[in-house]
Amino acid sequence: MIGIRRHEMWTLFGGAAALVVLSLLPLLTDGFYLSLGVNLVLYAALSTAWSLFSGPTRFISLAGAAFFGIGTYSVALWLNNLPFAALIVIAAVCSAALAALVGAATLRLSGVYFVIFTLGLSELIRQIVSWSQSRFAHKMGLYVFTDFTEAHLYWMLLALSGVVFGVGWLINRSRLGFALRIIGDDETVARHVGIATARAKILLFMISGAFTGVAGAVVAPRYAYIEPQAAFNPMLSFTVVIMALLGGTRRLWGPLMGVIPFTIVTEFITARFPNQNSVVVGIAFLAIVYLLPDGVTGRIEALRERIRISVRTRVDAPGERAA
Amino acid sequence: MQILVTGTLLGGTYALIALGLTLQYGAARIMNLANGETLVAACFVAFWLFTSLGVTPLLGMVIIAPAALLLNWLIYTGLLRPLVRRAKHRGMLEVDSILASFGLLFLFQGLMLLIFGGAYFNYRFLAEPFSIFGSPYALNRVVAFVAAALVSFLLYLFLYHTRQGAAVRAVAVDPASAPLVAIDVSRTAAFAFALGGALTACGGALLSTFYTFNASMGVLFTMKALIIVIMGGVGDVRGATLAALILGVSETAVASLIDPGLTLAATYALFILVLLFRPQGILGRAAA
Repeated sequence: MIGIRRHEMWTLFGGAAALVVLSLLPLLTDGFYLSLGVNLVLYAALSTAWSLFSGPTRFISLAGAAFFGIGTYSVALWLNNLPFAALIVIAAVCSAALAALVGAATLRLSGVYFVIFTLGLSELIRQIVSWSQSRFAHKMGLYVFTDFTEAHLYWMLLALSGVVFGVGWLINRSRLGFALRIIGDDETVARHVGIATARAKILLFMISGAFTGVAGAVVAPRYAYIEPQAAFNPMLSFTVVIMALLGGTRRLWGPLMGVIPFTIVTEFITARFPNQNSVVVGIAFLAIVYLLPDGVTGRIEALRERIRISVRTRVDAPGERAA
Repeated sequence: MQILVTGTLLGGTYALIALGLTLQYGAARIMNLANGETLVAACFVAFWLFTSLGVTPLLGMVIIAPAALLLNWLIYTGLLRPLVRRAKHRGMLEVDSILASFGLLFLFQGLMLLIFGGAYFNYRFLAEPFSIFGSPYALNRVVAFVAAALVSFLLYLFLYHTRQGAAVRAVAVDPASAPLVAIDVSRTAAFAFALGGALTACGGALLSTFYTFNASMGVLFTMKALIIVIMGGVGDVRGATLAALILGVSETAVASLIDPGLTLAATYALFILVLLFRPQGILGRAAA
């Protein structure tokens, strides 16, 4: 943990500087570009949080919408009774608790069970929420009225993205991060060298879920009216997965490389062809599998490696190339 | 009693859908999450055949099944075989096939939404009462159950009493050793995948006779089929049939005793029980 190296120092400085520059956006513009900015930082937080867990372990989680909805509902339910900061803590705790339950049931088994379980999770929670609302509260939706403007949401989400990046960076250089990379490479080996694989996976899934829940809580005021169908929209889970995989999950900043183009493209497409979102999502998945299996960052790194090799072979004497 | 009969009748169709998926996952090793889309497509074809050409869904299956067989064979050889070749180990193939089938899922779903819109469809076929143990049931459900049982029985005969069927089972058990007894694994896997698609399509055609369907419900059925497959034990035909009946009965019980909006909760409750106590399937043996 201790001992920050020089280049890491520069990365930290760079990250902080980028945050400061990005936080100026609401001062320059409002309207369309600010709303696009909110989407960008929201999805940056969500995809990076997703790849904290799913990147190293390669367990595809589709529980995003479930955590997000729980966050949204924590705000909607208790907004009038508790301060906003407390609601964010509640959202984090509830999402982490759900992640712990899901993890305890499925993460001891192989990855397929986990995918299947998370696939229906948001729909399951939506059914339960709808049922209990109609049973006990006799109404479907909840209103969320706050004084937050779009700029406030932007700053809060930007701060959240910053925290997600910071935590991701800390995890990567901790024993937990190392353990997870080994699990992702070969789970049997990981178990043999004495890693409590299930515990490590559950812990990280909880962290990732908590961040997703907080994102849902922060963005709740944007919707004003919250109902189960919108809060637990399964499309969100898939969008987050696509963005993260499109960018590549090997590096912490990888998902960001997917978030930026995909958010802008979907913004463009939903404006022009509002009903063809699922075709776009389908094509994006196929493109990732067949064209960009390691994401954009993986492609960039492969290119960089090739350039490095070609430069070196040109410098070296031809005879040494074989050695 | 009524719950038991209704649930069993529903379970028959579920069994057919899940058998399709278990062949695709158990033998061809492809986790096909677009399986529900095959089902929905079959629903629409059956609907179209019946309403515009007057072909009954039972006869329609004769057209739908070979069409689904061909389509799924093309999907496997065109899209999935490259992934099988590329994969270094089974985990990688699993992740790749899950992502690729998500792509197919959304692509097909989007296309069907474009063509049919989000509306719900149904048609009246054999909507007459039929009495079992003194209580009336819809004749179309009974007919669907009988047809599903018949197709499953044919599948059983094929898998356990023909050479080609034995080859499919061998690939399911151990794709690495199957070539040692002169089985073309790649071809058998493609065949198993295609056959699985055809079974699911049959299930869809039968389902459409008594169920109101729309273009975006595929995922829900994929989910149910997956849970049935896991409950029954991956690749286990008899286990899947039993699990489908259990799921049909418990869904019907929850829908009629508690609330029809909570059927997925019933499915999940079963799923969690199986994961916690018998992850190898109800009839399965513990993994070595």
